Amino acid sequence: MHPTPDISHLTSADYEDVYEPAEDSFLFLDALEQEKDKLHALRPSVCLEIGSGSGVVSTFLSSLLSHPAFFICTDINPRANAVTKLTAKKNGMDVEALTTDLCLGLLPRLQGQVDVVLFNPPYVVTPSHEVAQGGIEASWAGGERGREVMDRLFPIIPELLSPKGVFYLIIIKENDSDDISRIFADFGFSMESVLSRRSGPEFLSVLKFFRNKDVS
Amino acid sequence: MKLLTHNMLTSNIIKGVKNGYPLKISASDVQLIDVDFNPEFITRMIPKINWKVLHEAAQSLGHANDLPAELNAEYEADQEFLKKTHHVLLEVEVQEGDLICPETERKFPISHGIPNMLLKEEEI
Ligand SMILES: C[S@@+](CC[C@H](N)C(=O)[O-])C[C@H]1O[C@@H](n2cnc3c(N)ncnc32)[C@H](O)[C@@H]1O
Repeated sequence: MHPTPDISHLTSADYEDVYEPAEDSFLFLDALEQEKDKLHALRPSVCLEIGSGSGVVSTFLSSLLSHPAFFICTDINPRANAVTKLTAKKNGMDVEALTTDLCLGLLPRLQGQVDVVLFNPPYVVTPSHEVAQGGIEASWAGGERGREVMDRLFPIIPELLSPKGVFYLIIIKENDSDDISRIFADFGFSMESVLSRRSGPEFLSVLKFFRNKDVS
Repeated sequence: MKLLTHNMLTSNIIKGVKNGYPLKISASDVQLIDVDFNPEFITRMIPKINWKVLHEAAQSLGHANDLPAELNAEYEADQEFLKKTHHVLLEVEVQEGDLICPETERKFPISHGIPNMLLKEEEI
């Protein structure tokens, strides 16, 4: 098993402002490890994580790859960006961090350049007004069906991804994977479920999206 | 913030800004870090880079050294050149300063190496 990133530098004070790695984060790591051979074959040059929080997911993927890649991690919470950089460094990795909403500021330059996009979004079903612009609340509050933040990213995914690019996303059952699959089918993308797990009341899945092979 | 990241950033997210590229850099703290040199990775990244913007950014920070202003067609075999590119792309880091929109002069602060591109509601 590939080692889980060392996060012993993070304290309970950090977790007052930044999402503490939880079952969803660890499911993400397990899914990426399961995808290891495919990710090695893909040989990503550019990886983009949206909402990197503590930075465990990008740090893990960066150490899982057999070649160097450019990692850029965004978060709407500046405290999360700072922690993301520390976590990478603590584990001998080097990632770039950017405070922004989703990936604002990176287009058009990253258009068609990103080989792997990662997003463990705020997915919890909450009233719309709770969807937060930063702070710890932004870690979980997903608004209606838990979809309000991820839905804004979906139409940008086809723009970001390179021809072979893949997008990994965490969802819970309430986010409605069938509906998400239809949205991506309209973009000419296929969806696969990589790994699922029940954690307390949440039924978590890691989904993977990629361009349909038959479309040139 | 590495110059590779700067090469990818745009302020076209501000209402009314057309290109917003390249962002000007005003740096008060630049640090040089060590990153392992991997020529194959640099070769893969070069086609993704706006060379002119990279060169100008490095120059504005006083770190262009003798990086050529134009990309040579045979760069893949040129280890010296790849090494210089590696240095400028990955080892020069702006820790503190501002990124400045070329059209509106709006400043995006860089603090502890992290640029903040968040806008106020009235700017979107
Ligand atoms: C569930 S946490 C995941 C954190 C980390 N990636 C992990 O797996 O442990 C969601 C993260 O997304 C960030 N976030 C929420 N809304 C965002 C937005 N609009 N743009 C960028 N990041 C956002 C939050 O600040 C939080 O760090």
